[in-house]
Amino acid sequence: MLLPKARGTLSEQLFTALREEPGTAVALSATSVDVADDAEDRAIALWASYELHYRGFEDVDDRWEWSPDVLRVRAGLEEALEAEVRERYAAHQPERTDDLAKDLFDYVADHDGPSMARYVQTEATEAQVLELLRQKSVYHLKEADPSAWVVPRLPTGPKAALMELQFDEYGDGNPARLHQHLFERGLEAAGLRSEYGAYVDEATLPVLESNNVQSFFGLHRRLRAASLGHLAAFEATSSIPSRRMAQGLERLGFPDEIADYYREHVEADAVHEQLAVRDICVPLVELEPALADDVFLGAFACLDTEDRQARDLLDRWGVEA
Amino acid sequence: MTARPVDPPTPATPATPSTPAQPVVEERPTIVMCPEGPMLLRGDAVIEDADGNRHRTTRPVSAVCRCNKSATKPWCDGTHKLLPKKLRP
Ligand code: FES
Ligand SMILES: [Fe+2]
Ligand SMILES: [Fe+2]
Repeated sequence: MLLPKARGTLSEQLFTALREEPGTAVALSATSVDVADDAEDRAIALWASYELHYRGFEDVDDRWEWSPDVLRVRAGLEEALEAEVRERYAAHQPERTDDLAKDLFDYVADHDGPSMARYVQTEATEAQVLELLRQKSVYHLKEADPSAWVVPRLPTGPKAALMELQFDEYGDGNPARLHQHLFERGLEAAGLRSEYGAYVDEATLPVLESNNVQSFFGLHRRLRAASLGHLAAFEATSSIPSRRMAQGLERLGFPDEIADYYREHVEADAVHEQLAVRDICVPLVELEPALADDVFLGAFACLDTEDRQARDLLDRWGVEA
Repeated sequence: MTARPVDPPTPATPATPSTPAQPVVEERPTIVMCPEGPMLLRGDAVIEDADGNRHRTTRPVSAVCRCNKSATKPWCDGTHKLLPKKLRP
């Protein structure tokens, strides 16, 4: 993957620097988050700084990954992101009892948002679904990777349980069943590009923000519980929507490969939601009770960014939701 | 061949962990009844449904429908969440 297109002054400065040799005198130290008054500019800059930790860029020297200059820029962007997420979460505090599993399932179930899957199931056009798949590819091609950062940061029980869930995301040892790969095959069959990051340049702001918040939680040990809360909410909102997606794809005559990705998630995520809540989040909070609120913060961030992605696309299409 | 030590082993010094020890983790169950949800089943198994059809598990942990409303029986597809609470398992 090549660096994406800059979307403003900050990302322009950052990407110009990243094309240079690491350690050479670059203008990065002068790059300040303040120059980015534009949310897309900030989001793409943060996205690229995270990507250095995943697969990197062909036009960027790998040594930039741990450059203090890049990390300084990243930290400024993360501070703004965290403040924003926490502010939105403040209006959606969970009702807590002594049953965390029930509270978490209820918190997710009580959340109200637009249903993209329902729209795809019954009404979306082929062109709209293709656009949705391109947007979704930014995450699905690295599905499960952001929560993989959390594994070494967990105590015994939650660590083994997270690995049990992740193992299934990564195909149970069979590369042909790796979820990212199922999506690649689906994209190809649908006539779309399947390379990692292929559609980043057209990613909407909510898509970038959703990606960023997952990397942010995953890469900061202090936010490990938020990463797992995000995972739990993601899994707990997947089975039924995945079935609707598969039905919509069938209705429009999309190839089986892409419908298969969603069919796999109907069954897989009916398992994963139970594991994520009962075997990962609950035991983690039992061991470290102070992390309870972060679990809900992460769950909220998932529901909120998913809503905003859906609403944004539905708005573009002029659909009431 | 090395000779066995003749001295009795010195008693272990009592551990003084700097962080509290983690509780001993219990063996995880093979079958779990999830409240208001499916039955989790670990390992390879063949399930015979009410019509006598057999289904082999395809993943390390499977969720078997207990509400009887799944469209992908015998596997759970999340439909239990759409049922009124009193109709959930
Ligand atoms: S128990 Fe989940 S669909 Fe029946
Ligand atoms: Fe998956
Ligand atoms: Fe999953």
